[in-house]
Amino acid sequence: MAAPSGGPALSLRVVAECGRSKGPELIKQAHGLHGFMNWTRNLLTDSGGFQMVSLVELSEVTEEGVRFRSPYNGEEILLTPEKSIEIQNALGSDIMMQLDDVVSSTVTGPRVEEAMYRSIRWLDRCIAANIKPAEQSLFAIVQGGLDPALRTKCLEEMTRRDVPGFAIGGLSGGEAKDQFWRMVTLSTDRLPREKPRYLMGVGYATDLVVCVALGCDMFDCVFPTRTARFGSALVPWGSLPVKNKQFAKDFRPIDENCRCSTCRRYSRAFLHALVRSETVAMHLLTVHNIAYQLSLMRSIRESIVEQRFPQFVQDFMTTMYGSRERYPPWAVEALASVHITLE
Amino acid sequence: MKLSLSKVVSGCRLGTLTNLGKNGVQTVELPGCLLYTKTGSPPHLTHDTLQTIKGVPDIVQLTLSTLVELHDVLEEFKEGVGKFIGMPDSVLYCSLHDPGTPCPFGYNNNKSVSIWGYGGRVEMTTSKFMNMQRAFKPDWIQCLSDGDTISGETSRKRAKKSVDRSLSFLDECIQLQEKSPELQSSVMIGVIEGGDVLEERLRSARETAKRPVGGFLLDGFQGLAMAKETKLKLMDSVTAELPEDKPRLIHGIGKPDEVLECIERGVDIFESFFPYQVTERGCALSFSYNYNPDPEATVIKQNGIQDTGKSHTEKDINETSKADPEITSFEIFLKEKRYRDDFGPLVHGCTCYCCQNHSRAYVHHLLVTNELLAGVLLMMHNFQHYFSFFHSIRDALRDDRLDQLKELIFRQACETQEMHSQASECRGRR
Repeated sequence: MAAPSGGPALSLRVVAECGRSKGPELIKQAHGLHGFMNWTRNLLTDSGGFQMVSLVELSEVTEEGVRFRSPYNGEEILLTPEKSIEIQNALGSDIMMQLDDVVSSTVTGPRVEEAMYRSIRWLDRCIAANIKPAEQSLFAIVQGGLDPALRTKCLEEMTRRDVPGFAIGGLSGGEAKDQFWRMVTLSTDRLPREKPRYLMGVGYATDLVVCVALGCDMFDCVFPTRTARFGSALVPWGSLPVKNKQFAKDFRPIDENCRCSTCRRYSRAFLHALVRSETVAMHLLTVHNIAYQLSLMRSIRESIVEQRFPQFVQDFMTTMYGSRERYPPWAVEALASVHITLE
Repeated sequence: MKLSLSKVVSGCRLGTLTNLGKNGVQTVELPGCLLYTKTGSPPHLTHDTLQTIKGVPDIVQLTLSTLVELHDVLEEFKEGVGKFIGMPDSVLYCSLHDPGTPCPFGYNNNKSVSIWGYGGRVEMTTSKFMNMQRAFKPDWIQCLSDGDTISGETSRKRAKKSVDRSLSFLDECIQLQEKSPELQSSVMIGVIEGGDVLEERLRSARETAKRPVGGFLLDGFQGLAMAKETKLKLMDSVTAELPEDKPRLIHGIGKPDEVLECIERGVDIFESFFPYQVTERGCALSFSYNYNPDPEATVIKQNGIQDTGKSHTEKDINETSKADPEITSFEIFLKEKRYRDDFGPLVHGCTCYCCQNHSRAYVHHLLVTNELLAGVLLMMHNFQHYFSFFHSIRDALRDDRLDQLKELIFRQACETQEMHSQASECRGRR
C-alpha cells in the first residue's frame, strides 16, 4: 500500500494468477501492473516457475512448458516461456524473470541436469519473446542444483547471453547451509561484476549479511512479512514471538532503537493483545519487520561505502548470536572464504 | 462537559459538546457517531492509516467484551487504556458489549452482568466492573446494566427486572466512583432499560435522570425482535423524560435510515459498527447523502441512465443475494463479476484514500485473492463515507434541508426492500 518513505524500490509480484483467462487483457486496460496497483516505483515479476515447486500438487513439465492448476479457480494453465514473457510484458514490470525449470535443491540425479539445460533453452526462448527489451529488463536464472559441475556449466552458458542481470536460483529450499553458501560463492565468482546478482528466496538476516559478503546484490523473501502475520517481530538479536504469553505485560516497544511507526507508538503488550483477534496486529508487525529489513540493508550499504563492512559483519554477528560459540559454523566458514575473520 | 444546543428541528437536536476529555478541551458536534474499535483498535487500521480518513469522530468507543481479558495487564500498566492502545489523547467511551457480536441470553442476575470476551463468559459484579474501570480510566463509562431484553421473549417481569437491576448497579457504581481518585474526571453514562414495556421505559428514564450521570444510553433497542413502530414510540417517550442538556447515546443502530429516525426522536450519538459490518462482507458504502444534487445529474437519473451501475438484472440479483442476506441497498458488493474491469473509484466524487488511489477492479481483485489489503481499503472508504454522512446530517439541520436528506435516504432504503423481494421472486420463479 502506501510505501514508507525511503521504502523498497522493488516489489516482487507473482505471475501465476495473471495467467487466468483474460488476465493480460485486463492488465493492459489498467495500464499495466503499475496502473492496476497504483504503484509508481519499480516492480519485479517472477515467471510463475517457482509455483511449480512450492504451491502446486499436480504439475507436468515438458520441453514445451509447465502444465498446472491455478490455485485460485482450478483452471488448467500451460505456462510456456513465451506465455510467461507475454504476461510479464503485459504487466509491464521493470524487471522480469525468465521461466526456468525449477527443481528442488533436495532432488538429486538426472532430473537436475535436465532442468539445468532446459533452463538455458528456455532463457533463449524468453529473450526471443520479450517485446520490450528496452523498458523491461529480463534476468536469467542460474540453475544446476547443488552440483558444482552443473552449476558451472549453467553459468558458462548463461553468461554468454546478453541479459541485464542474473539471478541465482534453485537454492534456499531446504538444502544444508554448507552446500548453500558454496553454490552462492561459486555463482558469484563466475558472474560478471558489472551486472546485478539477485539471490532468490533469501532470507534471514544472517543469510543476507553473509551473501552480501559473497557478492550478491539483490534478494527477496516472504519471511519477514509471513513471520509478521504469524505474530513474530524481527529484531537485531533474533525474533520476538509477540503472540507468546511472556509478552503479555511487556510494555516496551519491540525495539527501543527502531524508528518505525509501530515501535514509536505501540508496546509488545498491546501487540500481544491484538495479535489473537485483530488483523491490525499483522499490519503493525509487517511494518516493523519491513522497516527492520530495510534498515539492515541500509546499514550494510553504509558500511560498504565507508569501508568498514567487515567490522559491520562482526558487530552484526555479536549482536545476533552473543558469543563466538553460537555463531553458525557455515557462516563463519563462508565469511572466512572472503577474508572476513570473526572473533 | 457541557452540551449547547443551537437548534432543534422536528425533534432533531443540533449542538456541540464541549470541555470533553481529561484536559477538558475537546469538542464534539451533535448529532454524531463514535469511532468503533475492537480490542482498542479500529478494525484493519493502524494509527497511520486512520489518520488518512477525513472526519474521524473525536470520541473513541471501546468495548469491555474485547478488552476484558486485559484487566490485570492494565492494572499493572497503571497508565490507563488510552495510552496502552496508542491513543493517549483521545476521548474514550467504554461500553459493555461489542455491537458486532450478539450476546447469548439468560446469564445476568441481581448481582452481575455477563460480558462475553474472546475467552468466554466473564461475570461482572459492580465491584469487579469498577475495578476494571479504575485500571482503564476512560472518559465516559457505560454503567453496568442489564440489557438482556432483546431476545423477543421478554416478559413484563423480565423488563421490570432489567430496570431494577440497572438502577441498583448505577447507584452502586456511582458510590464506588466517588471513592476512586482515578475516576474523578470520568463521566458515568446512565443506561435506560425496560424492554418493550412503556411503563418500565418511562420509569427507567425518570429514575436514571435523577442520578448524577453525564449522559444517557438508550439500551435494548438492538436486534430485530422489537417491531419498528414500538421501538420508535418508546424512543420518543424515553427522550421526552430526559434533560435537554445531556447527550443521548444509542447502541445497535447503524443503517442510515434508522439513524435518521432515531435523531428525529432525540438521540445524539451513535456507534459506527455498521461500516465495519459492510467491510466484512466485502462491500463498499455507496449511498448518496448529497441532498444538494447537481440539477443536471438529477435529470439524467430521472431519465433512467444510472451512473452507479446499480441496474439490477436477474443475474446480478442472484449473485448479490447469494453473497450475504444482510447486504443493504446502501452498499455495493465488490466481489461481483461486473467490477472486475471497472476502473472507476468505489464511489465517484469520494475523497477517501481508497477512491483517490484505487479502483473497483483493484479492490475486486484483492477480495477474490483474499488479500488483507481489501479490508484495509474498504474500511478506510466505509468509515469516511459514514462519517461524511453524519456531517451531512448536521449540515442539513443547519440549512433547514432535513426533509430533502430524509427523502433521499429513505428512497435508497426502499431499494433494499425491492432488491430482496425481487430476489425472492427470482427464486420463486425457479
